[in-house]
Amino acid sequence: MSKPKAATTTSPKPQTANISTNRIPGSVISVNDLSMEDLNSVLQMAAVLENEDPLVRSKRLAKRRVALLFYESSTRTRTSFELAAKSLGADTALISSQSSSIEKGESLKDTGITLRSLGAECIIMRHLSSGAPYLLEQSTGLPILNGGDGMHEHPSQALLDLRTMLTRLFGAAKATRVNEKTLAGVTVSIVGDIFHSRVARSNALLLPRLGARVVFCGPAPLLPDMAAEIGPGVEIDRDFDRVLDRSQVVMMLRIQAERLAGMRLDLDEYKTRYQLTEERQAAHAPKAPMLHPGPIIRGLELTAGVADNRQSAIAEQVRHGVAIRMALVLRALGAGKTAKKAAKGKRA
Amino acid sequence: MKSILIKGGRLIDPSTATDAVRDVLLRDGKVAAVEASGKLKPGKDEDVQVIDAKGMVVAPGLVDIHVHLREPGQGYKETIASGTAAAAAGGFTSVCAMPNTVPVNDSPETTRWMQSAERGAAVRVFPIAAATRGSSGEALTEYGSLKAAGAVAVTDDGKPILNDAVMRQALAAAARAGIAVIQHAEDTRLTAGCSMNAGPMAFRLGLRGMPTEAEWGLVDRDIRLLAELKDAHPHLHVAHVSTAAALDSVRRARRNGLRVTCEVAPHHFLLTEEAVGLYDTHAKMNPPLRGMADRDAMLAGILDGTVDAIATDHAPHAAHEKEQEFERAPNGITGLETALGLSLSWLHKTHKLALSRIISLLSTQPAAVLGLKGRGSLAVGSFGDVVIFDPTKEWIFEAKQSRSKSKNTPFDGWTMLGKVHTTISEGRVVFQGS
Repeated sequence: MSKPKAATTTSPKPQTANISTNRIPGSVISVNDLSMEDLNSVLQMAAVLENEDPLVRSKRLAKRRVALLFYESSTRTRTSFELAAKSLGADTALISSQSSSIEKGESLKDTGITLRSLGAECIIMRHLSSGAPYLLEQSTGLPILNGGDGMHEHPSQALLDLRTMLTRLFGAAKATRVNEKTLAGVTVSIVGDIFHSRVARSNALLLPRLGARVVFCGPAPLLPDMAAEIGPGVEIDRDFDRVLDRSQVVMMLRIQAERLAGMRLDLDEYKTRYQLTEERQAAHAPKAPMLHPGPIIRGLELTAGVADNRQSAIAEQVRHGVAIRMALVLRALGAGKTAKKAAKGKRA
Repeated sequence: MKSILIKGGRLIDPSTATDAVRDVLLRDGKVAAVEASGKLKPGKDEDVQVIDAKGMVVAPGLVDIHVHLREPGQGYKETIASGTAAAAAGGFTSVCAMPNTVPVNDSPETTRWMQSAERGAAVRVFPIAAATRGSSGEALTEYGSLKAAGAVAVTDDGKPILNDAVMRQALAAAARAGIAVIQHAEDTRLTAGCSMNAGPMAFRLGLRGMPTEAEWGLVDRDIRLLAELKDAHPHLHVAHVSTAAALDSVRRARRNGLRVTCEVAPHHFLLTEEAVGLYDTHAKMNPPLRGMADRDAMLAGILDGTVDAIATDHAPHAAHEKEQEFERAPNGITGLETALGLSLSWLHKTHKLALSRIISLLSTQPAAVLGLKGRGSLAVGSFGDVVIFDPTKEWIFEAKQSRSKSKNTPFDGWTMLGKVHTTISEGRVVFQGS
């Protein structure tokens, strides 16, 4: 049977107007919501806010209302978003799926509308279902900051990872400006449970835009071949030592046992092939900073020595997280436009 | 009952290989006469409604062998009355209703209840009964008595029969009863927690994907069982084929003399997984929208004759059900009012498939697949089921104007070709276009 020639033309454009065209300014659900200009202003604003007098800073969003809606457990993301909003003077309200009407079966749409009625001007959300933030954005018309949705994205994590990398590689002074070539020649390896990782996806979409090469490394069940098709500048290499040899930055990921869904994995074999040990690090990546989005499981994806040595950037990542999230919250509430003015003011 | 004389239209009736200007006279719910234009003279005292069909195509009413009318039990999504009103608006005069209702239609009582005049159906409803009790995949239902009550096939649609022994029994029992087993081919052991097609798009969106193997693997299994039961000559009908490999299996099986038929839904020959966009639940259905190669294979299968029927898998869901997280939203889209317009614009206008072939795929052939006697034909003596449409008129489909209770369609705002002018069911006008 021969394929009819015309059949290879693309289908008529589907009209998905209900979601894709109604995006709200200030929302960050995917790293792709931020243009290069946006990335620069977020990085600059993060630096400004980090160094700002806490009393001055706390007037920026004084008494503005920010809701944190967490359908999934979190330590770092929730706390750092909350601290970020509070540092800017905003009032925050935390709603988690346990201990709220979500338990009684209230839909995401109705929960969102309720938060809006309570005065929330922005919702920071974590959800176990990929894409849920788009639904919340559409139902409330509010800017949404995605604190991780299912296996989809975790954009604030990718931004804080970027700031951590820039600081480690080039110094804090150069961590505020990026362009298409900033990370040219830099290979960032992301190792472990790629399939279940929203952090891996956000980083793989963000870093190549700045010129980096991203290499995914892990066993097939946790890293399907099609992962390389997520975007340009991404490849797969399953030989961990070889990957380490060429990496300027190494990012280790946790095996997400809660999402394995019946997948069988031989942990001993995994550790043999993919655990980052001090020996392995010394032999193949003695200089590369090691990032991990947390939570880390010592003795599984990395050894305690690797978690605690000088190459480990884990604690810095957490610190950068607060600065980045302050910038994102400020931007979401439309107060980010003053960033340039503030930056200039400080220099003068 | 008033007779109806349809004058001056272009009659396209694949069952008699007719494509010419003819007048058609309907009397007592049947086709009474078909003659060259101007030759038909109604009886002297006959009360006749004349429909001027000049410039229109006059065709046997369309037949959809895969719809979900949601009654009994889920009237908030659709009722038999609202679903058949949508069918009439789309040019359909026969619809075959799937048994995944509440309760499951696994009894002659429910089968009769669905066909009762009290349901207020605008067009003829042919129930398809459950193949196993409660569609739980274990004990077979009574195929003989279901058929006697009006069931035209059996299926556990949506809950595929995975157990080899049960499927073998179902095929054998259906062969004895003289009806088809319809399989929703999905090996659910491979699709747990999945909400779209497996592939790079699913990976990027962070959604678990259904591999194409889940479909073709089960089609292959069913065909193997069919071959084992060859002497009983069972009939397997594969619902909503979406993968190239499954279609190839159907082709091969037929060459080997097995009785396998299949249908394809408009969304599977039109759309790809790209339509999911940013988690648009109106692009979520099962089987899911596939990649471009599979989409093209559906089109090729229609053009080369492998596909027996276009069926909509009309699956209405309430707005609040679709307005949920993508993974939680139910599968399915409505389809009765868009099937003809999409088939004409895409298959006829773009891919030059003859009108007679399209009418055959939407009427004559599906009627033959499920043995619906007197349907899908305007030969004298057939039921007076007619669709009259303007094949050149373009129009814009608006979901909010839909007759269906539910508006879950990805085709809202799309330009359609071919506007339904009149739909006639058993000699009664059931829809008139504006």
